[in-house]
Amino acid sequence: MTAAAVRRWLAPVVLGALALLGWQLFVQVSGVKPYLLPAPTAIWTQLVTVWPLVWRSALATGTNVLVGLLLGALAAVGAALLAARSRVVDALMSPTAAALAVMPIVALAPALNTMFGTTTTTPRRLIVAVVVFAPVFVNTLRGLRQVLPVHRDLLRAYAATPGQLARTVTVPGALPYLFTGLRIASSTGVIAAIVAEYFGGLQNGLGSRITAAASSSAYARAWAFVVGAIALGLVFYLVTLAAEQAVARRQGAP
Amino acid sequence: MTVPTPTPAPVAPVTTHPAAAVVARGVGKTFRTRSGEVVALEGVDLTVAAGEFVSLIGPSGCGKSTLLRLVADLDEPTSGELTVFGKPPRVAREGQDYGIAFQQAGLLPWRTVRANVELPLELHGVGRRQRAARATELLEMVGLGDFAGHLPGQLSGGMQQRVAIARSLAERPSLLLMDEPFGALDEMTRERMQTELVRICAESGAAVLFVTHSIPEAVFLSHRVVVMSARPGRISQVVPISLAATASRTDGTREDSAFFADVTAVREALHGGATAARGVDLR
Repeated sequence: MTAAAVRRWLAPVVLGALALLGWQLFVQVSGVKPYLLPAPTAIWTQLVTVWPLVWRSALATGTNVLVGLLLGALAAVGAALLAARSRVVDALMSPTAAALAVMPIVALAPALNTMFGTTTTTPRRLIVAVVVFAPVFVNTLRGLRQVLPVHRDLLRAYAATPGQLARTVTVPGALPYLFTGLRIASSTGVIAAIVAEYFGGLQNGLGSRITAAASSSAYARAWAFVVGAIALGLVFYLVTLAAEQAVARRQGAP
Repeated sequence: MTVPTPTPAPVAPVTTHPAAAVVARGVGKTFRTRSGEVVALEGVDLTVAAGEFVSLIGPSGCGKSTLLRLVADLDEPTSGELTVFGKPPRVAREGQDYGIAFQQAGLLPWRTVRANVELPLELHGVGRRQRAARATELLEMVGLGDFAGHLPGQLSGGMQQRVAIARSLAERPSLLLMDEPFGALDEMTRERMQTELVRICAESGAAVLFVTHSIPEAVFLSHRVVVMSARPGRISQVVPISLAATASRTDGTREDSAFFADVTAVREALHGGATAARGVDLR
């Protein structure tokens, strides 16, 4: 690791360690009840004990996020392609995207559970897809509209067909925007997948485990699953961030 | 000085195309904007012979770029008649009769230099092997053979512009349309590119319509310099360049007294067009 990389990582790690230390001291000195706020050491002990369960739950929730992310992104890219091509579709889609963006998942989850039944992961994946749709759609559409006049002139001079224009200029040019949309969507997607599990149904994900542990007063265990949820969110964020940066580099960005 | 090309006679390109490269008769273009109509071009008569290098020069707003865009069929004239090799511009564009280069290189940043040069060939269904061979040949010609695998972002502005010129030549067009292709380059690079362009055009025998702001550039490159004036954009004078045949113009030409005489002639035409139009007409 280079000195610069060490410096970049060192500050947040030190800050995190100090925060944990302060938390631990606060719990021990103030004698706050464990059901109000368990100590980091207690959470750590729980995490080690239930680790296989945290891992399996994270995989279950992670799969929901991944499937929902892909579904939502596919739908959003398809809609953006149509909207970029036709004014009518744009007039139809943009308000829909805005409506989806403000749709409360808390209200949507029970409704979808009723529709698809509580023994399937379908409602959870659909909720992720709904949440993912708006940011990916808006960003991709903006990217599709970013064609430089010089590229448009050039392709017209080459008598390129609309399909050729899309394949060689419009779609590759919109890729960085699509990946920015995915990066934004990934975090909200993870949150949506976890919150969706609070409304009953299968008991296999992180959200279900958190509610189950909390309802049986096992607060340190609930926090152990929260740690798993944080890790899952970080994984999705970092992977999509890396993809976004890789695409941007390929497009000649510094 | 050192011209190792075995090309026989410079007469050949003229005979290959019986029709003139570009013929404009009373061409005008009016743009409708929110604040009313703007006359960009009015009554333009111009003929560019096959194999001839013609520069368009004039102040900003004189419609020189507009004229080029009309020839390229990127815009349509509102009056007059325009033909490219005897055909309407649209037919010429669809038939790929011309190559084009703009002030911005306009390379696709996600494609390698090679893939950028191959773009027009790829769009027109040229096979993979032929494309690769042609791109190699063109990149060697513009001195970028070693950069085929680079992305445009890794190249300097001058190098990118050379890639754009290689791309404009990919389909061996008989007409090249160039809109200030060297406008954004530094003076040294610019002169080197001009010398290179003169050589390339002499080799390919293509006619060139070249838009520029620079008097020395227009004189160095052209057989004829078309001087335009603004509001409304029209041709104020055509200055024939009396320099040696374009193929034999080298860096030494820039210090030739004939070169200075032509620069003066174009400058006077340019300034006369703005201030004392009548005096210019009498010359």
